[in-house]
Amino acid sequence: MQSQATYDYKVVRLFAIMTVVWGIVGMLVGVLCAAQLVWPELNLSNVGEFFHFGRLRPLHTNAVIFAFGGCALFATSYYVVQRTCHTRLFAPGLAMFTFWMWQLIILSAAITLPLGYTTGKEYAELVWPIDIAIAVTWVSYAVVFFGTIATRKVDHIYVANWFFGAFIIAVALLHIVNSAEVPVSFSSLQSYPVYAGAQDAMVQWWYGHNAVGFFLTAGFLGMMYYFVPKQAERPVYSYRLSVVHFWALIFTYMWAGPHHLHYTALPDWAQSVGMLFSLILLAPSWGGMINGIMTLSGAWHKLRTDPILKFLIVALSFYGMSTFEGPMMSVKTVNALSHYTDWTVGHVHSGALGWVAMISIGAIYYLLPRMVGKTEMYSTSLITVHFWISTIGIVLYIASMWIAGVMQGLMWRATDADGTLTYSFIEAVKATYPFWTIRLLGGTLFLVGMIIMFYNMVRTLSGQKAYNAPVLPVAAHA
Amino acid sequence: MMSADFTSNFWNLYVIVLVVFGVGLCLFVLMTNNKRHSGPVEVQPHVWDETLAEYNNPLPRWWLYLFWATVIFSIVYLAIYPGLGSFQGFLNWSSVGQYEAEIGKAKQKYDPIYAKFRGQSIEALARNAEARAMGGRLFATYCAQCHGADAKGAPGFPNLTDNDWLWGGAPETIVQTITDGRVGVMTPFDGVLSAADVTDVANYVRALSNLPNASDAAQRGAMVFAANCVVCHGPDGRGQPLLGAPNLTDNVWLVSSSQAQIEKNVREGRNNRMPGFGDFLGEDKVKLLAAYVWGLSNK
Repeated sequence: MQSQATYDYKVVRLFAIMTVVWGIVGMLVGVLCAAQLVWPELNLSNVGEFFHFGRLRPLHTNAVIFAFGGCALFATSYYVVQRTCHTRLFAPGLAMFTFWMWQLIILSAAITLPLGYTTGKEYAELVWPIDIAIAVTWVSYAVVFFGTIATRKVDHIYVANWFFGAFIIAVALLHIVNSAEVPVSFSSLQSYPVYAGAQDAMVQWWYGHNAVGFFLTAGFLGMMYYFVPKQAERPVYSYRLSVVHFWALIFTYMWAGPHHLHYTALPDWAQSVGMLFSLILLAPSWGGMINGIMTLSGAWHKLRTDPILKFLIVALSFYGMSTFEGPMMSVKTVNALSHYTDWTVGHVHSGALGWVAMISIGAIYYLLPRMVGKTEMYSTSLITVHFWISTIGIVLYIASMWIAGVMQGLMWRATDADGTLTYSFIEAVKATYPFWTIRLLGGTLFLVGMIIMFYNMVRTLSGQKAYNAPVLPVAAHA
Repeated sequence: MMSADFTSNFWNLYVIVLVVFGVGLCLFVLMTNNKRHSGPVEVQPHVWDETLAEYNNPLPRWWLYLFWATVIFSIVYLAIYPGLGSFQGFLNWSSVGQYEAEIGKAKQKYDPIYAKFRGQSIEALARNAEARAMGGRLFATYCAQCHGADAKGAPGFPNLTDNDWLWGGAPETIVQTITDGRVGVMTPFDGVLSAADVTDVANYVRALSNLPNASDAAQRGAMVFAANCVVCHGPDGRGQPLLGAPNLTDNVWLVSSSQAQIEKNVREGRNNRMPGFGDFLGEDKVKLLAAYVWGLSNK
């Protein structure tokens, strides 16, 4: 008798564990950065320049986006693509290669950034040898993912895989185009970008905003489309809506980048087009939120008892809120007030903590027990504690940054009767201190939640045998 | 008219086609999904992973209207503002035009306030409370970043309250400093002087300000100083305002009086730069700033 084929859970398991680990590391660096704004002595200038805010801030963003978010996306996409294609991973060895390469890339980032090696491009700071490693890893990821799709045992490709697929293709394109650079020499980590001036800025923000659009949105929508209906045990609300919002979303996002460059040397036409497509993005983004939240209709009562579902649904609420706020902030008149203030920081974190982190946390709580053949985490009440502590943390974080941002914007533009500025820059900094303190508290709460998750994970996994579920036969109508 | 944003008409057309295509695609999606669906909600005939299925609910009407609203807003916006390549829009708006209009309006509004100070001397303005207050606010905006909110400077950035001047403290000199900026360069002596010479001359410089020093070294340093430093700092070390070369005898230090820092200055030189504000701020504001700064040392 032939032994039954099983799914490849090993790579999923490793990425899922590292999601929690890198989440703690990345958020710890974030909390440190927040603390530096309250107590500047924490820049540790007597130790050297390595722990300055300017060195640690890119380490924080890279760690939370690419290490925490990246591992969550790898883990969930490798899990979802096998199970919804009813087949094993294509090239599991290559999948393991992507795991080790990704960890190596994260480690090199953690070393080079504090040492000051950077390209100076936001969210694309890593130096050229790491850029090449990322490109190689990403292409391998695409081979595994699309290879699995190609060898699927079902006719139709499940909606989660459209989003994962779009995310993988777009991120490859974005990374390779924006990181086009000429090394100073083969023995140097420094390089020159191939673009210059306003074009360089435009390419950078085409990349930067699509990193939000495809890495932090499309990828996590893929996650949402699997774990929300699974956890709610309800069918997805509308196939039609998923088709319409998928195409509208991936098409429109590509244009939104120029809203990062309002009132700059970027030509007026590009600023207008960037603003308009950002506005148009509102409905396609909300399409995903509606489809996720409405999937719960008929099962709302589950929200009362299931903390994983709480994470997933509150994530969708924050997604809806930040994708309303984003288009509004891209309107030039609003942007004139909000740009360069902490409002932007608050907006990013309502998306990053509220949407990206919460949907990932929910998905990882779903995955972890299944990696050892169980269906429940060690403690459900600890998941509830985690949920409330992180929700309170996010609210403190974004509310304080909203107030701080609007206050800064108003202080910077206030003028006296003689046309001089009412406030010097440093007065606005001073006025922001209380809000930075509240933000630090909010961020710390979120970090504490992750540490609770780590404990819960260790208790769930320790002493258990690794498990690979059998490949399921295709349902009759699939 | 061709806008300077495009190097050839091809790119102009390229942008127009892409923008029209983008908005058109949204319109297409909306129009093909606009019809109302009635009857029972279908379930798609696929199941994945045991339980994953899909309803096929119609698109929520309010959501469709929201989508329509943003697309129609965009079409109107593209007609009146720039966006379709070099087509300027029916309002003929440009960011440069808006900037110039706002600056023009501000000039008109605030000019009378500055006009009344025009005939007055710097010394008189320094004693005029209103002029001093305006100068102080300008200082907080444009100068405090380097010279500090209290104008007492920072390492590398001069204290403006001690009546000790690198380039001279006469009112008209201060106006010139603010208008054109200053570039204070000291040549590096690394490779010109031996390590021992550098130590010696730094001891001598400390001796000039009566700071503790190794007297043997300082004596040898006097020779080094005479051979290398007097061109700028003068034979007596009292500096040369025409070059911005500091007086080394007054125990006022731009960076620090430590032996190590002086040696570093000698080895590596200095490249101090203050930007000029004349073009940016204009004569009236520079004058108020000069009066404020002069007043800090001449109470």
